[in-house]
Amino acid sequence: MRLVILDDYDLASEWAAKYIRNRIIQFRPSADKYFTLGLPTGSTPLGCYRKLIEYHKSGDLSFKYVKTFNMDEYVGLPRDHPESYHSYMWNNFFKHIDIEPQNTHILDGNAADLQAECETFEQIITAAGGIELFVGGIGPDGHIAFNEPGSSLVSRTRVKTLAKDTIVANARFFGNDLSKVPTMTLTVGVGTVMDAREVMILITGAHKAFALYKAIEEGVNHMWTVSAFQQHPRTIFVCDEDATLELRVKTVKYFKGLMHVHNQLVDPMHSMKHYKD
Amino acid sequence: MPSNKSVSDAPITQFVNCRILRDHSLQREDLWVREGKILNPEKLFFDEQGFADHKVDCGNKIIAPGFIDVQINGGYGVDFSQVTSDIKGGVALVARRILEHGVTSFCPTLVTSPPAIYKQVIPEVTLTDGGEEGAGVLGLHLEGPFISLEKRGAHPPQFLCSFEEGGMPDLLKIYGELENVAIVTMAPELANSGQAIRDLVRRGITVSLGHSMADLSKAEEAVQHGATFITHLFNAMLPFHHRDPGIVGLLTSDRLPADRTVYYGMIADGIHTHPAALRIAHRAHPAGLVLVTDAVPAMGLPAGRHTLGQQDIHIEGLHACVAGTTTLSGSIATMDMSVCVFGGCTVEEALEAASLHPAQLLGISHRKGTLDYGTDADFVILDDTLTVRETYIAGHLVWRK
Repeated sequence: MRLVILDDYDLASEWAAKYIRNRIIQFRPSADKYFTLGLPTGSTPLGCYRKLIEYHKSGDLSFKYVKTFNMDEYVGLPRDHPESYHSYMWNNFFKHIDIEPQNTHILDGNAADLQAECETFEQIITAAGGIELFVGGIGPDGHIAFNEPGSSLVSRTRVKTLAKDTIVANARFFGNDLSKVPTMTLTVGVGTVMDAREVMILITGAHKAFALYKAIEEGVNHMWTVSAFQQHPRTIFVCDEDATLELRVKTVKYFKGLMHVHNQLVDPMHSMKHYKD
Repeated sequence: MPSNKSVSDAPITQFVNCRILRDHSLQREDLWVREGKILNPEKLFFDEQGFADHKVDCGNKIIAPGFIDVQINGGYGVDFSQVTSDIKGGVALVARRILEHGVTSFCPTLVTSPPAIYKQVIPEVTLTDGGEEGAGVLGLHLEGPFISLEKRGAHPPQFLCSFEEGGMPDLLKIYGELENVAIVTMAPELANSGQAIRDLVRRGITVSLGHSMADLSKAEEAVQHGATFITHLFNAMLPFHHRDPGIVGLLTSDRLPADRTVYYGMIADGIHTHPAALRIAHRAHPAGLVLVTDAVPAMGLPAGRHTLGQQDIHIEGLHACVAGTTTLSGSIATMDMSVCVFGGCTVEEALEAASLHPAQLLGISHRKGTLDYGTDADFVILDDTLTVRETYIAGHLVWRK
């Protein structure tokens, strides 16, 4: 794995956004070859989305030939509820960029047949040629998407019941009223994300430090599902100082020492303005 | 991109690079319009997988709901209270010209007049939707003749009336019909006014208190009967007194029905009310403030002598008085000027006083006076000095500076 450590949240968000930008631009997406991007929700990626929007508004990055696949969505929450992941993606990303509506894919938590909805989602990913880069976050309990502790590490997109930890963590979005937080979600499986050609996990804040430690310094364990990516050929963890607080000094020093190598991935920054067609 | 919109193939316009008044604040959001209504872009994106057909760059200007003027007696030489050979034409002329002031809907106002005038004018002034031809007519505002002699202001005393038994028969005897009427101003201290108020409110007509000598308890009674508006607060009523606040006391009365908001019109021309008085009223009851022009036919015309109702008026600068006196007879300030002059509060509050509050007063805020999804796309584009640059009705550009 690559462990990219930046000083603070803003710098980590910016590094991640630059990486995504360069990956898309260097891929040279077109009508025949879409860039398939997996996307997360939550507070961690907000800074990254803001930077990507900036790059779009400055004319350097277009999402016209990008297809997006979100990781999860609540079951039974009305699609236009302000806390649904559809609302999140619209307000924090889609409405600011030039992505085409039919190229965005978010699981429908109000589908009549949830099982079929999940299977269809997997088929859409396959039909799109698989995911080029899956961006994700990590829960305080070490989960990727809503693959709660105990989820199979080869799981596919399915319905999951949320763990208590997650419900409590999400209560702040529902007026701190636990009874209002949805208890079930549709989520991509660990296996689904493992199928991506590359995975980037964003982890910021001291409250995620223990999960990061469990995910990368301990063994592969279905209780900390992000640990599955130790077995993925191309994973990048992008974090801030606070997220490394539970890691060994040796680990942090080693990866900080590699920053000049990591930075070659984001410097120089490419731009679609310079496409020669 | 191919069109696969499932709800409608009508063109969608997206106004970008603007600040819109929504949820009581100016937000950096785009405004989407389709088929004359404000469109929900998130629904469009996810449900219809739709997108905009045209984008309009607003140059970082402000988009506010179109202004609604519920008290305007005429303008550009047209006097709504006079019978002419082309009453409809007169209303249409004013409707078209006030688009320049950002007014997209209005209530043509008739001052105290003889029954003959009402019977000829009222049937002619029909409700209209508004569009390129001009602002929409929401209904007439009948200011009088059931008002107080002492507080008649510029209204001709010989045509004042009182209620005989009270109620609809008296109203119909004077007005003829109430088909196109949205608001009636009356003095509640007149005997039997309670029945009149109840009958009007039952017909969906807004009742306003004005040109009155009523004390606070009489005014509160009137509100209990159903009155919801005060015509040009402070003017033509007893002055506020700390032991008898009069009609002004309605702004902070604790004897009103729980679910009732009392709105109050204010002429913000800087002349009819001292700005400090305006601010006192606003701070006491910000949610009720409704900006009105009370514009006279001379509005828009050069200085000199003109007619209002059955009287002669003299214009000088921004003052309009009954000829030969110092009695004010309406203002010649325009709605956009009023919004600017109304300082001492936020931009959002000034804009809402000219749009949301009049819509709420008339019970039409589900389709006018806001930029909420599904409402009529009547709006104005303003620069930072709150000067109207463009006016839109049902999503169409109807005036540009």
